[in-house]
Amino acid sequence: MSCAIEFSQVGLVYPAAGGAVEAVREVSFSVADGEFIAIIGPSGCGKSSLLKLALGLEGASAGAIRIAGREVVGPRPDVGVVFQSPVLLPWRTILQNVLLPADILRLERVAAEKTARELLELAGLGGFENKYPFELSGGMQQRAGIVRALLHDPRVLLMDEPFAALDALTRETMSLELQRIWTERRKTILFVTHNISEAVLLADRIVVMSARPGRVAAELVNAAPRPRTIEWLGDPQSAALARSIRAHLDRASAVQPLSRKS
Amino acid sequence: MSTDMAASTRPAERANFAGRLAGWASKARPFLSIPIVLGLWEGIIVFFAVEPFVFPAPTAIAVALVNGLFGGSYISGLQVTLTEIGAGFALGSVTGLGLGILLVSVPMLNRVVFPWVVAIQTVPKVAIAPLMVVWFGFGIQSKILIVALTCLFPVLVNTIAGLRSTDPDRVALVRALCGSRWQLLRYVHLPSALPYIFAGLNTAIVFAVIGAIVGEFVGARSGIGVLILQANYNLDLAAVFALLTLIAIVGVLLNIAVRFIERKICFWNARSSS
Repeated sequence: MSCAIEFSQVGLVYPAAGGAVEAVREVSFSVADGEFIAIIGPSGCGKSSLLKLALGLEGASAGAIRIAGREVVGPRPDVGVVFQSPVLLPWRTILQNVLLPADILRLERVAAEKTARELLELAGLGGFENKYPFELSGGMQQRAGIVRALLHDPRVLLMDEPFAALDALTRETMSLELQRIWTERRKTILFVTHNISEAVLLADRIVVMSARPGRVAAELVNAAPRPRTIEWLGDPQSAALARSIRAHLDRASAVQPLSRKS
Repeated sequence: MSTDMAASTRPAERANFAGRLAGWASKARPFLSIPIVLGLWEGIIVFFAVEPFVFPAPTAIAVALVNGLFGGSYISGLQVTLTEIGAGFALGSVTGLGLGILLVSVPMLNRVVFPWVVAIQTVPKVAIAPLMVVWFGFGIQSKILIVALTCLFPVLVNTIAGLRSTDPDRVALVRALCGSRWQLLRYVHLPSALPYIFAGLNTAIVFAVIGAIVGEFVGARSGIGVLILQANYNLDLAAVFALLTLIAIVGVLLNIAVRFIERKICFWNARSSS
């Protein structure tokens, strides 16, 4: 398998009042084509910064990120993004929102609309094409956000805590939905989360980050077969993985005694 | 069984009718004070035998209004004033909108121009009205410019505020899709700013009426403002009140029109905030 994303020695320093803040230090890992990677870490460990760097919205202070072999120097059309909030435009219908990438990238309209309708159907939003975002529940809005990210068929999908704003039950449903969509549309996914069971359920590999400055504390492989279910999370195999992530997280955040709560 | 049903629907219908009546009553309540005030006003004028050149009775005002409207002088005056309001409002709003977009898009320009904008904004625009008459004459042009100037600032300031308040995630979304600056403005910034822009337009339309009347006071050949001055010189206070009523109705209708358009265009804003 070829390499879809490659972080090599990536560092990010923000200029701030009272000295610079080092968000990320010497982060190196790579993601294979079609792989589902979860990045997990304590809050403020720079995991969202890594996504911004991969999106090309910010420039790295050190090192480089390569997607499909080409270095990231700015936003690019082979990358899709899903944010923590759905970020739907309230004046556009669901279909129009999903077609936003087609408008911006000037894709062929008829084909794009056909793809949009298929994807909406796949995400269980068939029949909601002409509704406005405020007529949909939070979970449905986030699904529309995911569909929008898939519309222009990007090679890589970057997801920044996409289910963090949803309630626990919706969250589980959405995780299973994402797994289903991913199995059907096979993308390379970089999934940032702070939820251990979400990472265990979804990822092929889990990158554990340490507290600021964010570094790679551990890389754990999850070879469990798919489709995985919520019940599977109770199995000894997944429980052991979750425990291992927890241990790495505890060790990672122990570097900063102040952030520890006991 | 059918009688049972008939019996059970009738009270429901009655309750429904009573509910609708109560609904109308609550809607009509704010207007209920109007006949009471007018009646009291008329009574006091008649009782104390107040001269019409001191304070006119509502009936005298109504007669003056009807005579003026059917005599044609009010209609032609209204045409002139409405043209001034419409053209000035359009000119001022479009300029304010364009200037706002320009100032937000070009930070360099903003640093140079914005202090001037603030300085000019503090000057009451009606104080510039005599200048406009000197420069552009007694015709309709000077009034259009006065109206445009009064409309410009509320639209400009609100456009800038609206464009600056865009959700950063929406900007990140379009930028991540390789969106150009023009696409960012078209797909995100401008629609996001629409509720602010309409707040500016709502203020501007009220200012436009004031600007047109004041402009006509300062120097004009025709228009409602001119008719008010003429009636005032003749001590025809009933006509003055009739014209004031007319312009008040125009102002309210224009405001309702702007709000109606706002609700049509910014439908998503009204619903998400309610």
